[in-house]
Amino acid sequence: MAQSSPQIGLPDSRPSTRRKWRPTVIAPWLFLAPAMIVFFVYVIYPVFDSIWLSFFDWDGLGDKTWIGLDNYRELFDSDTFWKAFSNNLLWLVLFMLAPPCGLAIALFLNQQVAGIRAVKALFFFPFVISQVVVGLVFSWFYDPNFGLLNEAIVFFGGDPIAILADEKLVTYGIIAAGLWPQIAYCMILYLTGLNNLNGEQIEAAQLDNAKGWKMLWYIVIPQLSPATFIAIVVTVIGALRSFDLVATMTAGGPWGSSTVLAYMMYEEAIFNYRMGYGAAVAVVLFLIMDIYIAYFLWRMVKSEK
Amino acid sequence: MFPRPIEKASKGVNISYRIALVASIVLWLLPLLAVMATSVRSLGDINEGNYWGWPSEWMLIENYTQVFTSTPMAQYLMNSLIITLPAVAGAVALSTLAGYALAKYQFKANIWIFATFIAGNFVPFQILMIPVRDLTISFGLYDTHWAIIFFHIAFQSGFCTLFMRNFIVGLPTELIESARVEGVSEFKIFFHIVLPLVRPATAALAVLVFTFIWNDFFWALVLVQSDEVRPVTAGLSALQGQWLASWQLISAGAVVAALPPVILFFTMQRHFIAGLTLGATKG
Repeated sequence: MAQSSPQIGLPDSRPSTRRKWRPTVIAPWLFLAPAMIVFFVYVIYPVFDSIWLSFFDWDGLGDKTWIGLDNYRELFDSDTFWKAFSNNLLWLVLFMLAPPCGLAIALFLNQQVAGIRAVKALFFFPFVISQVVVGLVFSWFYDPNFGLLNEAIVFFGGDPIAILADEKLVTYGIIAAGLWPQIAYCMILYLTGLNNLNGEQIEAAQLDNAKGWKMLWYIVIPQLSPATFIAIVVTVIGALRSFDLVATMTAGGPWGSSTVLAYMMYEEAIFNYRMGYGAAVAVVLFLIMDIYIAYFLWRMVKSEK
Repeated sequence: MFPRPIEKASKGVNISYRIALVASIVLWLLPLLAVMATSVRSLGDINEGNYWGWPSEWMLIENYTQVFTSTPMAQYLMNSLIITLPAVAGAVALSTLAGYALAKYQFKANIWIFATFIAGNFVPFQILMIPVRDLTISFGLYDTHWAIIFFHIAFQSGFCTLFMRNFIVGLPTELIESARVEGVSEFKIFFHIVLPLVRPATAALAVLVFTFIWNDFFWALVLVQSDEVRPVTAGLSALQGQWLASWQLISAGAVVAALPPVILFFTMQRHFIAGLTLGATKG
């Protein structure tokens, strides 16, 4: 990010102005106030309120009962929680395929033939449509009776598999659906990165006879590192946010085998009226996400200073 | 440029590259094409298991008309518009103000406020869910359009402020300073100097945030429940449960629900990508 260069609390030519009331001191706060207020009410305060709630037993209507760490104790003893947690890890690990796949497609498409703009747009398409539609589209694709995937499997002599009804395969099936838009997103980040490569460095490397993989690995990928950083950040966030697809494709089933923390939390709070317990699940998810938030902020603050 | 421009390669390579492009795009969009193919079939075809053969009759107009006449799809689409437009306007307006303050004024808390906006933007929705639902109920807004609108304005102002701040930082400061020396008030500087300069960025941001909000599913589940206010994502998900056997209708509904952001994307492609990739080129 570019350095904010100029001094704004500028040297004032009118010495009579008292510092406290200078408009350049007041104005930024007035500009910030509306956004800060709504952001505080709807984002900052709820985070702390949820953490607080996770120490209570509460059905959402009646009185709250303080139970200390009991929600967490129950959570760590619960099979559903560990299933959701390990599914979240699986999402995280497999989602890391999105940046390299996106890069591969970007390299494939980074040409200037006729109609390439339309092709790039069509590749990006899955990111633009709602995840609910993506979920629907893939439910179809996987359907054991008429889904295109099974038609293909049968065509090649295999037996049809009901991916979304199979406890072992279901999470992989949903993750594949999630990767579809995520790869599209990474691809667009890399296409922009490739557009802004330093031509001189590439030419110099070409003179030194670097090409193909060597060129890619030593010259191009290092130059793409800002795009890689953003791609990894959005991919991690995307993996941990995996709610929409689980909700539309399986509702966590069969028998809770495809649930993730985000969905488990929703289920406990909305269907089982266990607000405190749900909040505890959310806090765990939040703590996992915090690792990445902290890393991102650390990098950002460092680059600003 | 990397990889090497394909024009410089032999004719054979050029032709096979173009064939590979078409083949890969068909493969990439295959799941979607399947849905589109289903949406023009008749119920008869579906009952007979004719999913992939040539449709016995084309039901394009009938199916899409039926989506609007026998399901509340039109209402859902309208709700999505009623929610999305003010939410986009609100988030962009608030964040332009905030982004300007963070970009062009220096004060101690600046970077920490900026960091808070960014961090809040990454937070998982679930940790906000119960308190936001309670707040919405206590404001008397539960199951109204405003419930979702207010939440989106607040939440998106995190991302939008990050976006606007990074754009405004790059604007020249000389204009602002010379206006200040002339004695122009801070508000006039914002409205008459800064605002015209950020217009292209607000367009990019608006297109992007429109898609985010239109496609939101979680808050549509949590903050509203009746068909009168439900946006199209939650509506489609409800229809999926009710119209289980009528695949041709669900698929037509899915296509309709996806259409507005898709149209926006194709008409405003440059803005959209500029918005999405801000920060992907500079560290």
